[in-house]
Amino acid sequence: MNLLARRKLVNKFALTLSLSAMVFGLFWLAWILWTVFELGLSGLSLALFTEMTPPPGAENGGLLNAIVGSLILVVLATFVGTPIGILTGVYLAEYGRHHWLGQTTRFINDLLLSAPSIVIGLFVYAVVVAQTGKFSAWSGVLALALIVLPVVVRTTENMLQLIPNTLREAAFALGAPKSVVISKVTLRAARAGVLTGVLLAVARIAGETAPLLFTALSNQFWTLNLNEPMANLPVTIFKFAMSPFTNWQDLAWAGVFLITMGVLVLNIIARVFLRAEKIN
Amino acid sequence: MLINDAQIEFKDFNFYYGKFHALKNINFKMARHKCTAFIGPSGCGKSTLLRTINRMYDLYPEQRADGQLLFDGRNLLGSDIDVSVLRAKIGMVFQKPTPFPMSIYDNIAFGVKLHEKLSSKDMDQRVEWALRKAALWEEVKDKLHQSGMSLSGGQQQRLCIARGIAVKPEVILLDEPTSALDPISTARIEELIDELKAEFTIVIVTHNMQQAARISDYTAYMYLGEMIEFGITDELFVKPKKKETEDYITGRFG
Repeated sequence: MNLLARRKLVNKFALTLSLSAMVFGLFWLAWILWTVFELGLSGLSLALFTEMTPPPGAENGGLLNAIVGSLILVVLATFVGTPIGILTGVYLAEYGRHHWLGQTTRFINDLLLSAPSIVIGLFVYAVVVAQTGKFSAWSGVLALALIVLPVVVRTTENMLQLIPNTLREAAFALGAPKSVVISKVTLRAARAGVLTGVLLAVARIAGETAPLLFTALSNQFWTLNLNEPMANLPVTIFKFAMSPFTNWQDLAWAGVFLITMGVLVLNIIARVFLRAEKIN
Repeated sequence: MLINDAQIEFKDFNFYYGKFHALKNINFKMARHKCTAFIGPSGCGKSTLLRTINRMYDLYPEQRADGQLLFDGRNLLGSDIDVSVLRAKIGMVFQKPTPFPMSIYDNIAFGVKLHEKLSSKDMDQRVEWALRKAALWEEVKDKLHQSGMSLSGGQQQRLCIARGIAVKPEVILLDEPTSALDPISTARIEELIDELKAEFTIVIVTHNMQQAARISDYTAYMYLGEMIEFGITDELFVKPKKKETEDYITGRFG
């Protein structure tokens, strides 16, 4: 067999392998989405957004307290984790790139990034819940913020590193101090990427169950008190899906559908942001 | 060779990248409101020499200079020099256009705001003045609030020149400003440099010997970190004193 024919064959083989890998991955993804749609859509109703979580076997009921609780937890955790994450990312990319402190921080951040979320849940349980003696929404916010933090640190650092050094030099050459170069030029050039990182972090914590199981716990009732356990979608889904009651199981599927849609929308927004920035 | 009105003077100047001795014993003067060009093969140190004049090397801890670099008689290498003030007096334009991710107007105003507090009316005038000086005003006057990134390469480079001029520097350093541009944009920038000489001292690094011959009053030929020959451009290109210079400009080497 001559060289050209062999190359073509190898090419075909590799292409087939990678295509089948893609089909394998997409197959499960499509199946998951199909199931979520099939079982979740039927549970969608106005009551889902207006009524509290019902007792077992009741006729009606919704997820209002869990939806609002999840929104509160996610929004607060993002507000806590994002500024710290962006500032840390700026330090790693602009100040500590070659410093031992920067390298140590980067290493520890990578550990935090890959830490199982249940570890973070147990950690917050040990230092907050066990000390104060009760589950609270605040401890849930803290646990989720600890998951947001490393994601934002990593993306901020990576996005800043992508900014060409000549852009920094051009700003320095005008006599700008480093703080101005970073805040007005490099961070601004990287803002779409940083924002995408934040959105992906939000998508990640929207569905986290394990950290909340040990912190915010859950609540059958409506509450906005952050010192009390607070209802949230992931733990409610976990509890309802494990139950033998069909009305709870239906609500669990509706909750899964809501989270999936939320994450999907966040990802689409992130993409739109990135694309808009590229066109600019 | 006589330079009556020297603005910048290198005296026994040496430069190091870590242990590497990149510029060796540089001694020469640059005349006020003239254009001085640095030529030489890649890696000869011409860009390095240019980047010492606004202390760009300060950004990199492993780079250092010794000797004297006098700017109007004052040693720029001293620790008493405020680099921010220095860089307001000595502007720089880079090889690749580097517009900031903001509007054309804000690109120009960025540097001005660092050093002066202007009313919005004065700022408008300054932006227009700088864009006119850089021969860009007519092309962008109706879209000042569009992103600077939306301009063509040649326009972006003139925007960067305008940005440098807006701070009202005394010296403008140009590091191969046309090497990423097409011939028409290059010609426009060369015309521009010729006009700017009336008000600014220009220092340009170029790979293009014809460009150096066209636009500069003085030329320095550098090789392996040494300044082989420095002289009036017309003399250096017509009758070089050193054999190495002749070899380089006639294309026998480099």
